[in-house]
Amino acid sequence: MGTEPDLELVKLTKRYGDTTAVDAISHRFKSGVYACLLGPSGCGKSSTLRMIAGHEDVSDGAIVLSGRDVSHLPPAKRGTAMMFQNYALFPHLSVRDNVAFSLRMAGVDKTERHRRADEMLELVEMTALSDRKPDQLSGGQQQRVALARALITRPQVLLLDEPLSALDPFLRIRMRAELKRLQRELGISFIHVTHGQDEALALADEIIVMNNAVIEQAGSAREVYNTPKTAFVARFMGGHNVLELPEGHIALRSDEMTVEAAGAGRIDGRVTGIEYQGTHVALTAEVVGGQEVTALLPDAAFLKTPKDLGEVIGLNWEDRVAHPVSA
Amino acid sequence: MAVVLLAFLVAPTVMIVIVSFWGATEYSIYPDFQFDNYEFLFGSPVTYTVFFNTLKYTFITWVLTLVIGFTVAYFLAFEVRSLKWQIALFLLCTIPFWTSNIIRMISWIPFLGRNGLANSTLMSWGVIDEPLEWLLFSDFSVILAFVHLYTLFMVVPIFNSMMRIDRSLIEAARDGGASAFQTLRHVIIPLCKPGIMIGTIFVTTLVMGDFITVRFMSGSQRANVGRLISNDISLLQYPSASATAVVLLITVLIVIGLLLRLVDIRKEL
Repeated sequence: MGTEPDLELVKLTKRYGDTTAVDAISHRFKSGVYACLLGPSGCGKSSTLRMIAGHEDVSDGAIVLSGRDVSHLPPAKRGTAMMFQNYALFPHLSVRDNVAFSLRMAGVDKTERHRRADEMLELVEMTALSDRKPDQLSGGQQQRVALARALITRPQVLLLDEPLSALDPFLRIRMRAELKRLQRELGISFIHVTHGQDEALALADEIIVMNNAVIEQAGSAREVYNTPKTAFVARFMGGHNVLELPEGHIALRSDEMTVEAAGAGRIDGRVTGIEYQGTHVALTAEVVGGQEVTALLPDAAFLKTPKDLGEVIGLNWEDRVAHPVSA
Repeated sequence: MAVVLLAFLVAPTVMIVIVSFWGATEYSIYPDFQFDNYEFLFGSPVTYTVFFNTLKYTFITWVLTLVIGFTVAYFLAFEVRSLKWQIALFLLCTIPFWTSNIIRMISWIPFLGRNGLANSTLMSWGVIDEPLEWLLFSDFSVILAFVHLYTLFMVVPIFNSMMRIDRSLIEAARDGGASAFQTLRHVIIPLCKPGIMIGTIFVTTLVMGDFITVRFMSGSQRANVGRLISNDISLLQYPSASATAVVLLITVLIVIGLLLRLVDIRKEL
């Protein structure tokens, strides 16, 4: 530790009047990591990001970047840069001037700042449009410009506030591949706030799931998805059933469930829904206590022994797939 | 709409242009087509002094209303955080408009007069020994009244422009290392240009067309083009008044034309 350009949050807290938006969270982001802050709206993830960026005062705790407490420095002095949700491009400036804005503020002369802005625009493949105004660009193009503008300050950490939420689904998938490529090429840390678990799973080396102002679970994408620690994480990541059994709560991946004849499984249920999803069939059943359980079956397996609505089936799973979770 | 414009804008203007070519004696006017009025107007040195004076009032008033108006709008838009307070303070700004122009203007007179509040206060503080003569019935009092009357016409359009600036742009500027002044200079002012331009057009046309403020606040000791016209009218010299009005109208249109050259309002709105 020390000289490593890593980012550490120490009991970071944000209070607005009586409400606590972020409650003493501590976490260490390794350098060069692609991290996603994931959670439902109002969970504190955006406040956390904005505190790291310096656009929100820290109520308590500290933000330490490369061994330096940056909690009370102005945004531009922290070694972070932020990409805003709506991109926040300056509408009166051309693409090139938008990208060169921070250099201009620092007093870099015109030829030098244009040269560096053009370099950045090349990185995001926007060279051809450098004389346009932002309102003449599509959403995806605006995002590339916003990225170039954030990256030109050579930040150690790039902060992205729901960067893909303004794009249509098709573009979203393309841009997320692009973000990942850029992060690998630049080798800097990206901290990306999102409420979409698929986005987080696709991008993140590390996922930090937040809820009610605290971190519920942090770990690699696979760890968080496969071994959720709490019922909230299991439900929020999707693809899981959370079952309340006499021995406690367990999380079960729906695609690990098997369907047997009534009485042959660990638990019986009545089929309440059958949904064909192409490669899979999602079978919903009601089990004891009115709980709903979904089993995701490969379509061939389902067609071999088709079930009907209202039929009683047995649901089974292997011990290794059942993860006890706290409620 | 077209009918209204035709009846209340085009027809009177055309009428004025026609009358400006008519002839006049001391006691009558008669239809004609001659250039006497214009020849007299452009031949008289008084005309140039008065036009210069009008442009001087306009320019100084514009600078002052712009600085004050921008500051007030900035305070309302960026320093006052809650919408409730913004609305309350904004309404407060408009309260003086519940009384008439003339009353607001005349109320300065007892304040600024030789034995008025300003002079007696300054003398009792020992700042001055003699009453200040230039406080009332001077260029100072004329411009003071103009600024007082017309600053709101600057505040409203600039405030409107400012409220339309996305707050994340300010944060983005800060993120890029801009100081408060750099943010103002490189982000806020450029984005307020349409508001500044609309306010400028309001103030310019109001000041250039005014005659009553100049008359009251200068105690009839200063003149602008409006007063020239009103004097002609009181002497029933309608053709001469019309000619002056036409020249004034053209001057105002040239000024606005120059302003529109600077900022393309249609694009910015």
